[in-house]
Amino acid sequence: MNPIIEIKNLIHEYKGQRALDGLNLSITPNDVFGFLGPNGCGKTTLFRILSTLFPPTNGEVQMMGRDLLTDFYSIRRKLGVVFQNSSLDVKLTVWENMIYQGRLYGLSGRVLVRRVEELLNRFGLSERKKDLAGVLSGGLKRRVELAKSLLHDPSILILDEPSTGLDPGARLDLWKYIQYLKSMGNVTVLVTTHLMEEAENCARVAVMNKGCLAALGSPDELKKELPGEVVEIQTAKCDELRQAIEKQYDLQAQIIPGGLKLEHPEGHRMVAQLMEKFTGLVDAVMVRKPTLEDVFIHKTGYQFWMSDQSDETPDRIKQK
Amino acid sequence: MISLLAIRTIWAREMIRFYRQPSRVMGAIGTPLIFWLLIGSGFGSSFQTKTVTAGGVSSQMNYLLYFFPGTILLVLLFSSIFSTISLIQDRSEGFLQSVLVSPVSRAEFILGKIFGGTTVSFLQGVLFLVIAQTVHMALRPVQVIEAAGVIFSVSFAFTALGFVLAWKFKSVQGFHAVMNLFLMPMWFLSGAMFPPDGAPGWIRFLMNVNPLSYGLALLRQALSGQTNAYLFHPIAGFELYVLIGFTAMLFLVAHFYAARRRVEDLV
Repeated sequence: MNPIIEIKNLIHEYKGQRALDGLNLSITPNDVFGFLGPNGCGKTTLFRILSTLFPPTNGEVQMMGRDLLTDFYSIRRKLGVVFQNSSLDVKLTVWENMIYQGRLYGLSGRVLVRRVEELLNRFGLSERKKDLAGVLSGGLKRRVELAKSLLHDPSILILDEPSTGLDPGARLDLWKYIQYLKSMGNVTVLVTTHLMEEAENCARVAVMNKGCLAALGSPDELKKELPGEVVEIQTAKCDELRQAIEKQYDLQAQIIPGGLKLEHPEGHRMVAQLMEKFTGLVDAVMVRKPTLEDVFIHKTGYQFWMSDQSDETPDRIKQK
Repeated sequence: MISLLAIRTIWAREMIRFYRQPSRVMGAIGTPLIFWLLIGSGFGSSFQTKTVTAGGVSSQMNYLLYFFPGTILLVLLFSSIFSTISLIQDRSEGFLQSVLVSPVSRAEFILGKIFGGTTVSFLQGVLFLVIAQTVHMALRPVQVIEAAGVIFSVSFAFTALGFVLAWKFKSVQGFHAVMNLFLMPMWFLSGAMFPPDGAPGWIRFLMNVNPLSYGLALLRQALSGQTNAYLFHPIAGFELYVLIGFTAMLFLVAHFYAARRRVEDLV
């Protein structure tokens, strides 16, 4: 199947920092595709470039067979964008927000009214259509954003950290609608996220780190790249236990908040040994299957939360 | 190809936002009404008739006639420029980003925004013209039409100026501060308070390069019915050319800014 998005050697620099550093990626149509990574990994820059907000410093992007650098106006006609921060006009009603959005995409008259009614209905918003957007809850606002971005029947829908600021219920609700879009089968959904559980919902995930691709595949494929199981040990004496374990076994232990973490093909068999050999040091042991976070750490060599604090994004520089 | 639907949509949104903010509506209608009350009740009758020489043409007029166009101009200036605060709000409230990724061209967006601000400002100006009829300034219909035309052009030009400035500002407070810094001097140096003749050379120079002076001259011509009065330049219609040129230049600058697609413009 021909890719709907083809990214070649994409580079973006901002104030001397490289936000994207030679990214290569192909995305097949009608998938829910996730960009996973900590703040500062370049995913927001990538989102902004793909949503045509600004051109990259270098590299090539083809979207729907069109060149993003030169043909961005025609790409915009088939592109839906949901921003991290609400783009609704809070002084307009839900209905007005929808109608005005449709007109910006060249829809008008009965066609537009029918389309707005259909989408409001589908997203369970019909009863709120006369409400000002400003009075809606965060979850409902996000739902209106989603409905609004689909008015012009886009082939690609890009969502930037869509569940930011949503409570768990609203988050589930949002993903229910995103999965529903997938079932419709004519839209490719791109989602940027720093949440592992959100990435689990995607058909394919690009794990990003420092502006590059760290790993690519379905969540299951990615997890299979880690052999065996993950053992987490709760301890108050991290350094001591780490040295002791590394001396005893031929493996590396990583320090995590509150304890240590090991990867082992047969992790469950280690539990009894650990409890016996390091009685005074071990408070608790847990064995589990690898998660995407483990994959991230395995691929990049450092913790998600560590990279979050140490990396500087163009956004952060600007805020200073 | 410019899409009228896009321009109309952006314009209509500006209108809805205007009337959904009662304080803005109150300010827009209240300002001319307060002037009318002040001028109409006593203040106006204390103006003396005197001889004014402007551009080598002497004419009899009273100070009310001299002061009135400047008052309209002041209101237009503030109304037009401050209406573009909505651009800063569009950016901070997030609406702007959805326009920037839509197929609406930057020219359509700018025109929609400018027409929005112009409409509010124009209606205020026209309200002043209605009031003029009640304060001993009986205008002929042709004068009213001419004056309305000038009011529209001036509003358009200054909303365009507001757009250019607002694009560069990230906060409403900063915009307010800087606007006051040079809006008032611009108004003082437009000939609204005193004619250029008789002013020191450097003041006269500033008045000559101030685009607002040309808008005022046009308004004076329309309201006084004397097309040769208050000329800045002997070429007929020169003031109008300056105003049109000024507006065109601002539009190009606005387009240059808005079309750049930079990270700095997003937040």
